[in-house]
Amino acid sequence: MAATLESWGRRTAPGAEILSEDLERITPGRSLSRGLGRSYGDASLPAPGASEVVGTILADRILAFDPGSGLLRAEAGLSLREIVRLFLPRGFFVPVTPGTMFVTLGGMVASDVHGKNHHKDGCFGAHVTRLRLRTADDRIVICSREEHPDLFRATLGGMGLTGHILEVEFRMARVPSPWILCDSERIDDIDAFVAGLKEAGKTWPMTMGWIDCLSGGRHTGRGILLRGRWAEKHEAPSRPPRPIPRLAVPFLFPEWVLNPLTIRVFNELYYRAHFRRRRRRIMHPEPFFYPLDMILQWNRIYGRRGFTQYQCVLPESGDAGAARRFLTRLTRLGGASFLCVIKDCGPEGEGTLSFPKPGISIALDMAVRDDTQRIVDALNEEVIALGGRIYLTKDSFTRPEHFRAMEPRLGEFERVRRIWDPEGRMKSALAVRVLGDRA
Amino acid sequence: MKAVLLGATKGMGRALARLLAERGDALFLLGRDPDDLAKSARDLEARAGCPGIGCAPCDLERAESFAPALDAADKALGGFDAVIVTAALFGSQDALEADPALLARVLDANFRGTILFCEEARKRLLARGGGTLCAFGSVAGDRGRKPVTLYGATKAGLSHYLESLDHKYRAQGLRTVCVKPGFVKTGMTAGLPAPPFAGEPEGVARVVLRALDRGTPVVYAPPMWAVVMLVIRNLPRFVMRRVGF
Repeated sequence: MAATLESWGRRTAPGAEILSEDLERITPGRSLSRGLGRSYGDASLPAPGASEVVGTILADRILAFDPGSGLLRAEAGLSLREIVRLFLPRGFFVPVTPGTMFVTLGGMVASDVHGKNHHKDGCFGAHVTRLRLRTADDRIVICSREEHPDLFRATLGGMGLTGHILEVEFRMARVPSPWILCDSERIDDIDAFVAGLKEAGKTWPMTMGWIDCLSGGRHTGRGILLRGRWAEKHEAPSRPPRPIPRLAVPFLFPEWVLNPLTIRVFNELYYRAHFRRRRRRIMHPEPFFYPLDMILQWNRIYGRRGFTQYQCVLPESGDAGAARRFLTRLTRLGGASFLCVIKDCGPEGEGTLSFPKPGISIALDMAVRDDTQRIVDALNEEVIALGGRIYLTKDSFTRPEHFRAMEPRLGEFERVRRIWDPEGRMKSALAVRVLGDRA
Repeated sequence: MKAVLLGATKGMGRALARLLAERGDALFLLGRDPDDLAKSARDLEARAGCPGIGCAPCDLERAESFAPALDAADKALGGFDAVIVTAALFGSQDALEADPALLARVLDANFRGTILFCEEARKRLLARGGGTLCAFGSVAGDRGRKPVTLYGATKAGLSHYLESLDHKYRAQGLRTVCVKPGFVKTGMTAGLPAPPFAGEPEGVARVVLRALDRGTPVVYAPPMWAVVMLVIRNLPRFVMRRVGF
């Protein structure tokens, strides 16, 4: 029986994980490390011909924590869930969190993840102070903004292609309480949404929105805008947030379950469920940051062929109607998205290939069907025309010529890779598909 | 609890040490690699939220390391009341059959070394009126089975020893806990095909923690393996000769 590795979007590749608590022992000679496998596409899958990847999840020790400065150093396989569980009760939270807690520190660096506070705090990489890597020539290299800064920058958002990440040092953020104050508002259309995000970002540290991308015309891009911040001590309940019981999707749903009609009904209900125009409440941090984590294995609802997320950022330097134009194009293509998340991004990060740049990020979850490649191609052409780019961590279908056209920094990334890995030893299925690495 | 752990840098020992540290028990770590021990100690301190976890070198293949290691633990903890052994060597059946040198090491560490270490610990615990002695056997030691003839034999010997201690010394305050893990997904079993009822180290650790608190003499983890092994222990020989497990 040939072993198979699978990503969150159910992309698969033949191969197996080599697991050990001791990453220094198992990384030499191997081409890729993988954490919890939560990237949606093929970023964590081995390149064709490379059957083994290093699994980091057993390497999960905290090596140092200084409550004074908030500096935390840990092995790459430590999960975000564990960090939150251990440190939130002590008044610390990660400076930047993605939308799931089932990721490892190594993965957060390799994807240079962003979150609801991107407009204010940037990507995770902005808070990373030092990395310990196993580079392609089997050396162990410490890099930071002072030591080997080229390698450091290329590794932030470098999709694990600059070397195996062994240890991560970053600065945790202090929070006044373990609760979130969340203010949500129903918004009528996409133009109001973009303006609302921008306005909210001036005073709120965390913002994002969910939009209904099936309703057209007057209602294009209506949705719910969320603003949030950590609750102050006097606003928060005195008890700590309790662990929330989670449900799991027990089996793969048949593909007909998600169809344009059921998606439309879901979107309508989600919008209508927000009865009042605006409401404000104290929330448990988990449903606020990680609403989808409440349901384990939710990727099963998309059926056997899985799903892809199309996430792009449209620069604000383009015309103000870029987001509307993009959504109109999507509706016309018939790309029904079950969930569509919108967020305004702050300045571009230090990571050579880091995803965000100033503008509007739109993320669409789409079940993989016969026409998915066609839809992604068309959306990519739209994004190139608007001067935007896509997020590799979510991608399964982008063609190399499209990626090259939207990524002027690719040359610099390849230059640094050639210095540290002249023989092209580090690679992944994604690198072969999108960056043109030799298989 | 003031516990000495041998083998807490990896796998189930690591998971158990984390539970103990998070609830505030005092710990001291023993193991082969000083650098690895120090990293695990820092990890446990960060989780416990307070410093003070010491460590000392100790190797199941070097019996002369046992007494100094337990002395160091005693000194650091101000007299320990629990000793937990999760360390062991492992080799797949094929590897052990093919390599007599590896087999000698596994037999030496898992049987001779572990029992000599437990004897050192037992004497110290009894001298102070008792305490808890916990060691990790395995379901592999419950019945002579084809895939684990050699590794299983070392674990069967250890279970036998722990059972005898329980009978002989419980009245004097020594509680022995023999943990019999089924298949658990750790670095040790990575690469082996996982059977049904395979467990996670964290789940096993929770079961073991309860057994330590209650002084349960034999505990299967995950608990489902108690049922599985009940069946396997009672299969007649002619069946065991035919089946592959």
